[in-house]
Amino acid sequence: MSRPDKNRLASGGLIDRAAPLSFRFDGHSYRGYAGDTLASALLANGVRLVGRSFKYHRPRGIFSAGAEEPNALVELRSGARREPNTRATVVELFDGLEATSQNRWPSLGLDVLSVNRFLSPFLGAGFYYKTFMWPASFWEKLYEPFIRRAAGLGRAAEEADPDHYEKATAFCDVLVIGAGPAGLMAALAAGRTGARVILADEDFLPGGRLNAERREVHGRAGAAYAAHVAAELASLPNVRLMTRTTVFGAYDSGTYGALERVGDHLPVPAPFQPRQRLWRIIARRAVLAAGATERPIVFGGNDRPGVMLAGAVGTYVQRHAVLPGRHIALFANNDDAWRGMLAASEAGARVEAIIDVREEVSPALVEAARARDIRVLAGSRVIATQGRKLRTVDVATPRGREQLVVDTLAVSGGWSPAVHLTCHHGGRPVWNEAIAAFVPGASPAGLTVAGAANGSFGLGAALREGAAQGAEAAEALGFPVPPLDVPAVEDEAFALQPFWHVADSKGAAFVDLQNDVTAKDVGIAHKEGFRSVEHLKRYTTLGMATDQGRTSNVTGLAIMASLTGASIPETGTTIFRPPYTPVSLGALAGHHRGKDFRPVRLTPTHEWAARQGAVFVETGAWLRAQYFPRKGEKDWLETVTREVTAVRSSVGLIDVSTFGKIDLQGPDAGSFLDRVYINGFSALAVGKARYGVMLREDGMVMDDGTTARLGPEHYVMTTTTANAAKVYQHLEFCLQVLWPELDVAIASISEQWAQIAIAGPRSREVLARVVDADVDVSNEGLPFIGAVEGRVMGGVKARLFRLSFSGELGYEIAVPARHGAALAEALMAAGEEFGITPYGTEALGVMRIEKGHVSGNELSGQTAARDLGLGRMASTKKDYIGRVMAGRPGLVDPARPGFVGFRPVERARRLRAGAHFLSLGAKPETANDEGYMTSVAYSPHLGHWIGLGLLVRGPERIGERVRAYDPVRGEEFEVEVCAPGFIDPEGERLRG
Amino acid sequence: MRIPCPYCGERDAHEFSYLGDATLVRPDPAAVDAQDSALADRFHDYVYLRDNPAGAHREWWYHANGCRQWVRVTRDTRNHAIAGASLAREPGDAA
Ligand SMILES: [Zn+2]
Repeated sequence: MSRPDKNRLASGGLIDRAAPLSFRFDGHSYRGYAGDTLASALLANGVRLVGRSFKYHRPRGIFSAGAEEPNALVELRSGARREPNTRATVVELFDGLEATSQNRWPSLGLDVLSVNRFLSPFLGAGFYYKTFMWPASFWEKLYEPFIRRAAGLGRAAEEADPDHYEKATAFCDVLVIGAGPAGLMAALAAGRTGARVILADEDFLPGGRLNAERREVHGRAGAAYAAHVAAELASLPNVRLMTRTTVFGAYDSGTYGALERVGDHLPVPAPFQPRQRLWRIIARRAVLAAGATERPIVFGGNDRPGVMLAGAVGTYVQRHAVLPGRHIALFANNDDAWRGMLAASEAGARVEAIIDVREEVSPALVEAARARDIRVLAGSRVIATQGRKLRTVDVATPRGREQLVVDTLAVSGGWSPAVHLTCHHGGRPVWNEAIAAFVPGASPAGLTVAGAANGSFGLGAALREGAAQGAEAAEALGFPVPPLDVPAVEDEAFALQPFWHVADSKGAAFVDLQNDVTAKDVGIAHKEGFRSVEHLKRYTTLGMATDQGRTSNVTGLAIMASLTGASIPETGTTIFRPPYTPVSLGALAGHHRGKDFRPVRLTPTHEWAARQGAVFVETGAWLRAQYFPRKGEKDWLETVTREVTAVRSSVGLIDVSTFGKIDLQGPDAGSFLDRVYINGFSALAVGKARYGVMLREDGMVMDDGTTARLGPEHYVMTTTTANAAKVYQHLEFCLQVLWPELDVAIASISEQWAQIAIAGPRSREVLARVVDADVDVSNEGLPFIGAVEGRVMGGVKARLFRLSFSGELGYEIAVPARHGAALAEALMAAGEEFGITPYGTEALGVMRIEKGHVSGNELSGQTAARDLGLGRMASTKKDYIGRVMAGRPGLVDPARPGFVGFRPVERARRLRAGAHFLSLGAKPETANDEGYMTSVAYSPHLGHWIGLGLLVRGPERIGERVRAYDPVRGEEFEVEVCAPGFIDPEGERLRG
Repeated sequence: MRIPCPYCGERDAHEFSYLGDATLVRPDPAAVDAQDSALADRFHDYVYLRDNPAGAHREWWYHANGCRQWVRVTRDTRNHAIAGASLAREPGDAA
């Protein structure tokens, strides 16, 4: 290993030399400092080759110093925290950082696939479309593995992400996006008015270009001035300064998405801290001060490690005190790049020459360059480069060709304002001839743009615009604006001569470095007729890599424009969509992953059931007891059979609290129910309950359940577990929108009441032992479908319903939710002598199938009441939701599948839900489909499997045999159609 | 998107669920004889036919995670700009 950080300057920069950090890249150890990025630390250590390119596997070096980086993508960290495609230029260095180059195989130095560049004629524009088309069978075995191996964008971690991500919401009056000179001034101007301000910047150090240039502001070095303003902002209680935070999207109504990298600069996130935090920032006004991105000039061999954006060279020298190379040349078309290079030279960089396409350059700049012993080659251009890493550069000058020996070539073709967020609502950027760049067009409402993002490249202009817009935003919101002393800084000349591509250069000239799109590819696209900018983009993949074409879009457009003879604005621009920079899926998911995807709802008796050894099942958001296995039972079927038998022969209990419960009160409650149910409720006697079916307005069944009348103006409705929220919303719609004249108030009481069902011939005896002395639960006192209020367990208020889903004598007891578990205990104690048995949803399901009741499987949203044998419930004396549409010819067609029961002809056969019905002898094809099995169960009562289903003209075919065809399980056998209702069809058990 | 609930104030759209066209009126079943096919036609239109305007759209949003009120919102479908909102029970002009 060579001397540690040999390219580090002895002084200067914004690094902490007292805080050395060690890190590893491709297995080698290096040293950096606090304040470094991974890229600056690699350059300090002379590491110039950091990856291989996407398609041709050419060696690639660090190209930029920011979020626009197309080349230096590395895998960061290892194991479960390994993260591919991380831009080394934005990775903040930490002690112990571990990174690996990607896109190379077997090693960075020797890449077997770099032979791809000899294949480049075959991998040019449209190669995806041309090469990998035929035959289709080659895809899986040949093309896809090849593309994955060859074009792999790093490897994702193979283990679950161990870190946490969270979401947060913030509100402010003025959001300032970007903390460069314009953003700092905007935040200061708005902050001093007392407005609530959020200033967000993706960098870990506020200041933007002030940290990367040698400019004086208010008598201080730029970086010091930035720190001074940031300190004042931090001291203001109404200002929140958010570093390491990228505002990535502008959404509706002043909502902005932002990603805060809370722990990315640490080896692992701090205890109880997330790794990243996704912010939803609601801002009344926003100032976009996101700066600008430098763009290169395209020439042959421009991808060689050592070719770098000029502004990046300045950043590495000034901010990180790193010399990216020993011998530097600049190739530019504007004054700004000259100033940066002169400053780098003053800081200690050896600048050999400045090559400028312009014939005329400001004499002052030329003088300054010569004074620093820098050769000036005006009216010149780079036409070739040599070296695996850059060694020499060929330049065409007005006096002929010459070769420069340099290891670093700084390039500047001008700057492109970061207009991205202004496009997020569909705004199109507009071309500004003076700076040869797109500037913001129509911005989202409430957003203004200041500084370089607005095309105002002068430092003075940035400070002035920022201050003006910050003040204006606060003033528009009614905050009094105190005077602000804006630092006076000279606006330097930009003096750009548009120049995009050295057409006569030699070798592959890359436009999009990340996706390996060359100037020649743009030419091919043009020749083949792909001239629209959207076609160009998709055909060549220009701008479609993870860097979203930050450094290549405008250049690609310009080259296409020159080929078509149209202007750049005529050629167009592609639209920018969120996110501005990539956002990890982990951050978008936040805590909503795995078991935390949504909250799990537990019944009031959950703990009690767990103590009974229950196996739980997810039903919607709920966890319900599915069955209660006992020692020695060999499978769930044995357990469920025992539970069913216990209920049918003695007594069992189940928590039914998950049903939706809705309280309805008011003089019109009865007539309201008449309008939402197909059957009548206004005539229901107080103290009685009734089963009801409600339809959607299109005539299909929406839900079913029982509703009890507790008083003249008081009803309690139950809904199915799954539809509780939907039915409630529907009822509110009916009341508020359809019939506001009805005097009814409703409230969801699902959470407030626990409800436990007891069923079986001994259930009355059990109930009698838990109710208080004054409650009569005899057959006369509480007859079938009775509903009364009373007290249980010595004074606990309760609602008692004599209802049955199982077909047995049964009751449901509702108590305030906090008494639910105690009620279960009390019922267990009361039923001990009868062997009371807790049962779960499986046994409940078995008994309702034995009884022939419809449930969720039958209420599929595609069934009408008539289909389910419930048509006769429908009242003909009133209107109700869905009545008219339920009468459509299609829904009353007798050929529709109707609800019937099924038994296997060979009784030992197991029925399967989902099997389709075919007439005997019919070919198994869609045209012959006669419906399907909706529910099946093993009936302990009958000793064989039974099923429910929907069969074409089913009710007319009782006794007929059909085939149950189940290609998924490879089964097919005969079943016998029967009436739904396999036990006690007369309902004697219920009424006893 | 943020919806100005007349009851709760401005809230994020995630708190609401969407229903659609708020200008539709449920046909009056008493106005026409139940067997009349005109009634079926009116219900067909009410249930299935929707305009899809590029511009102002008056629509129902239910503030499920808030006041549980149905809110009549006038939204520009091109840019989600909300011109006004009123409660269903106050049939005022939302725009
Ligand atoms: Zn509300």
